[in-house]
Parts: sequence; structure tokens; C-alpha cells
Amino acid sequence: MSDLLVADMDEIIEDTQKDKYLTFTLGNESYGVEIKFVTEIIGVQPITEVPEMPEYIKGIINLRGKIIPVMDVRLRFHKAFQEYNDRTCIVVIDVKDTSIGLIVDRVTEVLSIPDTEIVTPPEMSKGNREYIKGVGKVGQEVKLILDCDKLLNEQEAEEINHR
Amino acid sequence: MSNQEYTDTMLEVYIFEASQLIEQLEVVIMENEKSSCYTSEAINEIFRIMHTIKGSSSMMFFTNISSVAHKLEDLFFYLREQKPEHVDCSSLSDLVFEGVDFIKVEIEKIKAGDRPDGEVDSLLDKINDFLAQLKQINENSVPTAPSMINATVSGNSKTETVSKTETVSTPSQQFYIPPDQASLAGQQKVFKATVFFDEGCEMENIRAYTMIHHLKELTHDIIHLPADIINDEQSIQVIREQGFTIYTRVSKTYAEIHEHFMQTIFLKDLQLIELPDNGDVFPVETPQTVLVAESPVIVPALPDKKGEKEAVGQSIISVNVQKLDKLMDLVGEMVIAEAMVSQNPDLDGLTLVNFHKAARQLHKITTEIQDIVMSIRMVPLANTFQKMHRIVRDMSKKLNKEVELKINGEQTEVDKNIIEHISDPLMHLVRNAVDHGIESAVERIDKGKPAKGTVFLEAQNAGSDVLVTIKDDGKGLNKAKILEKARKNNQLTRPEAEMTDRDIYNLILLPGLSTKDQVTEFSGRGVGMDVVTKNIETVGGSVSVMSAEGSGTTITLKIPLTLAIIDGMNVRVGTARYTIPTTAIMESFRPSVGELITDPNGNEMIMVRGQCYPILRLHEHYHVENAETDITQGILIMVSQDEKYVCIFADELLGQQQVVVKALPNYIKKTKKIGGLAGCTLLGDGSISLILDIAGLLHRRT
Repeated sequence: MSDLLVADMDEIIEDTQKDKYLTFTLGNESYGVEIKFVTEIIGVQPITEVPEMPEYIKGIINLRGKIIPVMDVRLRFHKAFQEYNDRTCIVVIDVKDTSIGLIVDRVTEVLSIPDTEIVTPPEMSKGNREYIKGVGKVGQEVKLILDCDKLLNEQEAEEINHR
Repeated sequence: MSNQEYTDTMLEVYIFEASQLIEQLEVVIMENEKSSCYTSEAINEIFRIMHTIKGSSSMMFFTNISSVAHKLEDLFFYLREQKPEHVDCSSLSDLVFEGVDFIKVEIEKIKAGDRPDGEVDSLLDKINDFLAQLKQINENSVPTAPSMINATVSGNSKTETVSKTETVSTPSQQFYIPPDQASLAGQQKVFKATVFFDEGCEMENIRAYTMIHHLKELTHDIIHLPADIINDEQSIQVIREQGFTIYTRVSKTYAEIHEHFMQTIFLKDLQLIELPDNGDVFPVETPQTVLVAESPVIVPALPDKKGEKEAVGQSIISVNVQKLDKLMDLVGEMVIAEAMVSQNPDLDGLTLVNFHKAARQLHKITTEIQDIVMSIRMVPLANTFQKMHRIVRDMSKKLNKEVELKINGEQTEVDKNIIEHISDPLMHLVRNAVDHGIESAVERIDKGKPAKGTVFLEAQNAGSDVLVTIKDDGKGLNKAKILEKARKNNQLTRPEAEMTDRDIYNLILLPGLSTKDQVTEFSGRGVGMDVVTKNIETVGGSVSVMSAEGSGTTITLKIPLTLAIIDGMNVRVGTARYTIPTTAIMESFRPSVGELITDPNGNEMIMVRGQCYPILRLHEHYHVENAETDITQGILIMVSQDEKYVCIFADELLGQQQVVVKALPNYIKKTKKIGGLAGCTLLGDGSISLILDIAGLLHRRT
């Protein structure tokens, strides 16, 4: 009986999170990540640099006793570095038990984008397409939906390509 | 639903209790086997353990476990009561171990959620045979009944007063029993027992049921009050308030019955009265105590010794590791919060005498809490090492080799996580040492070695690592054989001619490489060593092999601290902070220009007391900006590891501190393996410091 209840609860949680995206901006573009990956949003904290890391890994932070790496998404997408200010946020995401903080310009809102409004991105020869899972249409705007899994796990391949 | 939970917790408790008892049992047996005789104390202990396991198993309906425990209990009952003189100790130990292993396997099954369904008959037969044999051999030396009772009483180590009361009461009972009645009822006597359980032991009704269950082994003439103990919820209350009353007719003496009842767990008080058996149904209302021995013998609560034992058992509780981790994180946060309060910038310029007093007090307490929480996770290796005794024993018997296991440094404390990771590898290595390493006695004598082989198991703290060494004085590794095998398997890492001894020996860590031609029960399949390596590497450690042909093999596991606590010296370089393990630090000093030497390649060195040491500038090494570059303005810290030295240049020393080593996040580790970093740690103010791995730093230089 209790199992049933738990299953129910899971379903409800799943349901409420379905199609929900946390959106943030980087420069002019607006991005979205699935809400189920997001654990919390914090302001910029003192970052401890870790040597010999790619430039976009800014270092590690102490998140209430848990040490997590932070990645500057701007640098990751080869945009110019921008000084951090009080709008700058760290979005902590947790994918397959790997936590990482994403430094973004500004967190905007949580949006509901149904599957039907998301299209696969057009084929392009270069750029960050591999990290974009889809393009969501919200009114007149478009949100680029990030593939968190790829963002975390495919940096090595990318690094090699750069060299 | 609630019922399910209820049995779940019961099961959990059962598993925990049973595994602990089994562990205890193994230790007792090992101890006794060494002295090759079983002391009466040990026999009692084993008997008691078996009895408890039997009771709880039958309560949980694990009949096969309880039947094995029951048989072993019988065996030890015989040993205890009859004190036979001729006992084959080693086969007795074998038998008990077999039983223990069986129970272990069954408990594992229960843990995995399966039904314990192991085949028991052959084991039971074996025990029966052994017991029969034992009885036959010792038939003539069966002691007489009275001395037996005395032996039992004193054997159970009760306080003197108790044993006195009992020995006195025994003859007096015999006096008061009408002879005709006794013969009529076939020496049967009627007893009334009132039992009180320890307060707060819970489930009184089930405990009472277990008592009845045990009593049924002796007799079926039992009436108890309250009558319905299992289905009636009220019964718990009744038992708590009025005690649990049993009337029974048995063909046992008072002492035996008393003994029987005293084995009940959580027994607080037992009043046992012998009633005259007047043939009719047991008196249910008021027992006519007047007719019995002058005054009923009231036995005080459990004798002290048992009480003490239980207290020891209860002073240790098992806690979910996750909760501990959480606690540790919380304490870390608390320390930071404390610093945030007491060093709050809002307080600047205010004179707050009382506040500072209170803040100091708070600081003291938080540091103490932190220290304690850190130490909770640390467990000595002793337990893991002790288990190896058993393995060596079993193997030396089966392989017909004489092997002794010598243990050293088992007090070395290691984080619990690490212990879990190294116990399997350790087992493999000890097995290998006995199976491959140690030669047979004949061979050994031929080679001029003592017939008895020795396996050393040693642990020690070495800087930021724990070194576990498994050393045997056996035949050592055969280099030619390893090379040949490696060539066959195409596993050569380098051209053969270039390989050092060390390289060759380390080949045995590769999968599929076994120099043993024959696959035995224990080893030779070539899967062992690479599993060991893999296991050790998952905790970030390393394995190295050294050997000398003819005189033995030494395998060293180097296990990093991962979560261990180290004493560290915090240093600052620019805005970054680094922690250097204090154990590696030789000295620190501010250099003067005259001592500095620069070679044509730009390598800096420093002369200290006539010795020349290389200098490693941390800011250059890790590309830290805004750091001190003038060597006379900073500080040099001389560190050493494995007889290699380097002077680390930093801006300043910040102070010494005990730190918890945290691993770098997986993501970082995955991205790139950073040389010279052992992990990171949180400083008191919440900032992160990187822990330097001295061995790694030295390695990078060479």
C-alpha cells in the first residue's frame, strides 16, 4: 500500500515537473534547462580556482559543505567573459549524480513549454548545436533547450577538437 | 502496512544481532583454537550465542538456521555439562565453523530478501555424528549428577550468594517431595515461574511466547497466564504489570529449570517456585505456596556478569553512514556560521566584552563537536585484520601447509568507507600469499626455512597515506615465468630488455595473468590481482609488488586518505590557499639571497646546511596570479617523501589545522587528472583549500 502511495507521489512530482524549463540568459540569447535537473539557484560565491582546468571551469565552490565545480557557460560557448555582478547566478544542476554549477548572466523564469512547441534545431555546420537539444517556442521568443547530459559528459571530446 | 514495517524492523534487528553474534563467535573460536582447548568460559559463551541465535531464528521462522544453532547448542550443552576429557578440538572448531558459515550464508540470503533455504541435513548429521562419537569416547568419564549441577551453577559464573541459595535449595526440595508422588509422576515436578522482563524491552508478549516455545522442548504440560499472549494486545500490559506466570510439569530438577529460564533475554526478575504435584490440573488461581518449601526461593535479578555484558553491547550503536555524512556536512556549516557571527563586520569598532566571552565559548564548543564528528567515522583496521586469521586457518588446513599470520598496526584508524573497499582485496592477497607464496613444509625444510610459513599483515600511517603491507616468506615470484606468461598473453608493457624488476612484478596485476598452472579452489584463475588493483584504485590508491625469489613477496597497498583526517599546514599563494600534510613537512624558513643557486637551465636550488634542494614555486606551478615572486619575501617549506626532498615556495604560512580531506568533484577528476593535488578541504571560514599531494609533486619533477 505504501509502495503504491510512493509511486503515486513520484508520478505527481514527475507530472508537475514535466515540460517545465528554467530559463536564463547569456548575452542576447535565452536558454532553458529542464527543471528536474535543477537543484538550486544561488548568487555568485567566492570561487576557488583549480589549476590545470579548461578556462570555462572557473573552479570549485563550497555549497554548504558539498564541494561542486562551477562552469562559466559563457566561456563554454565561446562568448566573451563578462564580469560577475549581482544579477549573475549559479544554477546548480544535478545530472546522474554529478553536481555542477552553471554561471549564467541572469535567471529569468520557469516556463512551461509543451513538447509540441519544441522543434529540433536546424542543422548547422559549427557552433554549440551539440549541446542544444531543441528549440522551444514561447510566444514570439525562442528558448534554446540545453542538453545537460552532453554539457557535462562530452567536454573531453570537445577539448581535443580544440587542440 | 504497519505490519509490514513492523516485521521489517524486526528483520533488521535480527540480521544485525545475528551477524554480530556470529562475528563474536568466530573471535571466540579463533582464540580458543590457538590455545587448542576450549575453556569453560568459552563453551558457555558459545552455548549462549547459539541459544540466542536459535531463539531469535525460530521466532522469525528461519527454521533451518535455528535447527543448526540448536544442534550446535546441544553439542555445547554436552561439552558444558559433561566436561568430557577427550575432545578433538580442531575438528570441533571445523564443525562449528561449518555451522557458522552456513548461518552466514543464510543471513546473506535473508539480507538479499530471499528465503533462507540452505540444505541442513548433512550438516546436522555431521554434528550428530560428532556428538555421538564424543559421547562414546567419554562414556566412562561421565560425572555424577550432583557435581554436574554444581558445575553448571559455577560455570555460569553467578555471584556467590546466588549459587549458595541454589545449592541449598536443591537438597531441601528433594526433602520436601513426597516420594510416592515423585515416582507416580515419573520424577515429574510442578513449578510455578513468574517472569518479569526488563522495562522498555518491548514486545513482551513475543518474548513470553519464545519462552513457552523453548519450554515446549522439555515438556508439553504448560499453562501460562495471560493465556492468550499472541493475539491479545492486552497481554503486553498484563505481563508488564503482573509478570508472566507459567505453570509447568517437568522431569527436571529445580536448578535445571531455573537455569533454563535464566537464559531468557531481557529477563529482569524470575520467581521460581516448586509446587507439590497433587495429580490434578495445575492450580490456576492461587497456588498453595504454603505447602512448598518453607519460603519460596526468590532469585534476584540477573547476576552481574551477564548484566555487564549486555551493557557493553548496548554502549555501541550502529548508525546509517548517510546520516553521519549529513552530520559532518552540517557541522562544517555550523563552524562557518560560527565564524560568520563572531567575525561579523557589523561588530567592528564596538567594545563587546560579554559578547566576545560568549563567542569564545561558542567557538570552543563548535571545535570540539567538529573534532568528535570527524573521529566518529574512523575505525581501526583491527576487525578487518582479525578476519584474515580465519582465512589463513582454513586455507592452511585445506592445503596442508603450516602458516602463521602475524598482525601489526591493526590499531591504525581508517575511514569506514575505505575499510569497506579494502577488505576484499586484502582477502585476495592473503589467500594468494598462502596459496602461491608459502611452500609446503617439506619444501620449506629443504630450503632451510622454518617449516611454519609466516604471513605478515601490517598497517601504518605514512604521510597522507595508509600503507597496508602483506608479506610472506614463501618462494617469491618467478620472473621468467611471469615474462613468459605475459608474452603469451601479449601483455608486455615495454620491450622486455628495458623492464626493471619492479615492472615485471607489477605485470602480475594485469588481468588474466596467473603463474599458477593449476587452478585451485582458492586461486590461480588470474582474476584476483586485477580485481584487487581495480578495487584499490577506486579509492584512489595503488598497489605495488616487490619480491625476491626464494625469500618471499611483499605487496603494498597504498591507500589515500579520501575522507581521512590529516594535520595540515595551510599556506597562501596569491589568493589561493593550499594545505600541505604536516607529516611531509621537514621545516620552513625564509631564505636569504646568498643561499640561492640557479643553474643554467633556470632551475632554482637552495643550499641548506651543505645540502642542495630544488625549489618549487607553487605560483609558477599552478599559474596563480598576484602571488609573491620575490623569493626572499615569501617562505620556503621543505617537504619530503620517500627520501626525496623539495622546497615549496609560498607567500606565507597561515597556520596548522586538522582538516577533513574531501575528494575533488568527480567532474573535475574526469576532466583532467591534476598532478600534485590530493583533494580539497574546507577551512574554518568556509573557503576551500587544495591539498597538495607531495608524492605527486615530487613525481612530476622527476
